[in-house]
Amino acid sequence: MNVSIPTPLRSYTAGQGEVPADGTSLEEVFVTLDRRYPGIRFRIITEQDTIRKHIRIFVNGEQVQHLAVPVRPDDHIHIVCALSGG
Amino acid sequence: MPRSTKATSPQPATGSVALLIGTRKGAFIFRGDRTRRTWKLSAPIFLGHIVHHLVLDPRDRRTILMAARTGHLGPTVFRSTDFGKTWKEATKPPAFLKVPEGQQGRAVDHVFWLTPGHPSEPGVWYAGTSPQGLFRSIDGGVTWKPFSYINDDPQYREWMGSVQDGTPDGPKLHSILIDPRDPAHLYFAMSGGGVHESVDGGRTWTTIVQGLEVVEGFDAATITFHDPHCVRLCPTNPDRLYQQNHCGIYRIDRPSNQWIRIGKNMPKQVGDIGFPMVLHPRDPNTVWVFPMDGSTVWPRVSPGGKPAAYVTRNGGKTWTRQDKGFPRANAWWTVKRQTMTADAHEPLGLYFGTTSGEVWASRTGGTSWTCLARHLPEIYSVEVAELTR
Repeated sequence: MNVSIPTPLRSYTAGQGEVPADGTSLEEVFVTLDRRYPGIRFRIITEQDTIRKHIRIFVNGEQVQHLAVPVRPDDHIHIVCALSGG
Repeated sequence: MPRSTKATSPQPATGSVALLIGTRKGAFIFRGDRTRRTWKLSAPIFLGHIVHHLVLDPRDRRTILMAARTGHLGPTVFRSTDFGKTWKEATKPPAFLKVPEGQQGRAVDHVFWLTPGHPSEPGVWYAGTSPQGLFRSIDGGVTWKPFSYINDDPQYREWMGSVQDGTPDGPKLHSILIDPRDPAHLYFAMSGGGVHESVDGGRTWTTIVQGLEVVEGFDAATITFHDPHCVRLCPTNPDRLYQQNHCGIYRIDRPSNQWIRIGKNMPKQVGDIGFPMVLHPRDPNTVWVFPMDGSTVWPRVSPGGKPAAYVTRNGGKTWTRQDKGFPRANAWWTVKRQTMTADAHEPLGLYFGTTSGEVWASRTGGTSWTCLARHLPEIYSVEVAELTR
């Protein structure tokens, strides 16, 4: 599956706006992403495994609220930075 | 309080000085020459990041740690080992322990305070966070772990209060202090939540709030209500601490546990409310404050729009106004707790930043002031880096 990376996180992905990832759940996707791009998970997910306040995650256009969501190889995941301008 | 040996009195510094400036929109390094007359501002570092604190490791004079986050992304610590030329992120930033499923755990919102460890403990750093947490690194800031038991202790959690009990952008653990005579003798403070001391390297802590006042109508026996804004320990007399509190300016001389409100000696029309507290590196009787209007709705700007530092040279018995060079009126400055500091030269240099993005300096211990920079983002911290002695 592919994951869209917002600009504030592209310092972790060497500038790539879309990266491949593996996993059967969103949690596994972020574990593999963090293995490939160390540190990226903690900027998105808190130590209590909750999605940070100004981050939104969409799977195939549907917003998800937690990491236990199952995902399939052909899914598309969007990470969006939202609601924190100024 | 078993210590009896005196800390050594350092000689004045003579080398060049740099200012490490954290702002709401990135960090800057302001390099001065030996005379401290000529300054050069760096390009923004991590432009757009919210930088709460930027601190040089005085043990090697090259390593800088930066407490940063962005409006969207979680908190982290960046580390430079070449005085800001290149940066690497901590591989394990400060984070609370994960709680079992079904329980309400805390998440670090931002790292607020950084303190280098004792000279005998190279690589040790401490961090204070919002919500209040105490963390330590033993590898120069690469990895961090919760330090001591306080982050999850029921009594401390009660004293820390909820997010609503803290400062507007979150309750903070700050003023992590290390006795230069003993690396196991530590202090920290919480806004709100009082001042705390350990003499056994963080295994146990004692609360020191006697003599401190709280907001009118509240019970001073309730630790949560105590709001120290900035606590400093005298380098040459570590038994003496000064504190700028939400409710006044205080001094304590250990082993006494009694804070004395030395701010009562400030001019009544100015008051003794503010954020920073700056100590002389060699004279434990000399300290500076930068008063803020603490009346009515707590404007927290220079009283009357007329900014001034105040200095005492006798431990708080008398205070002298220092405003030469400042605007005479209509200057509604706010100077936050980490934004005023001193170098170690003779005469001593003082520096501070405002929330309106100005950096001011005095090469004469505050007797006259010059504006070094305008139009920076909102300034969150100013720290001196003595590049050589």
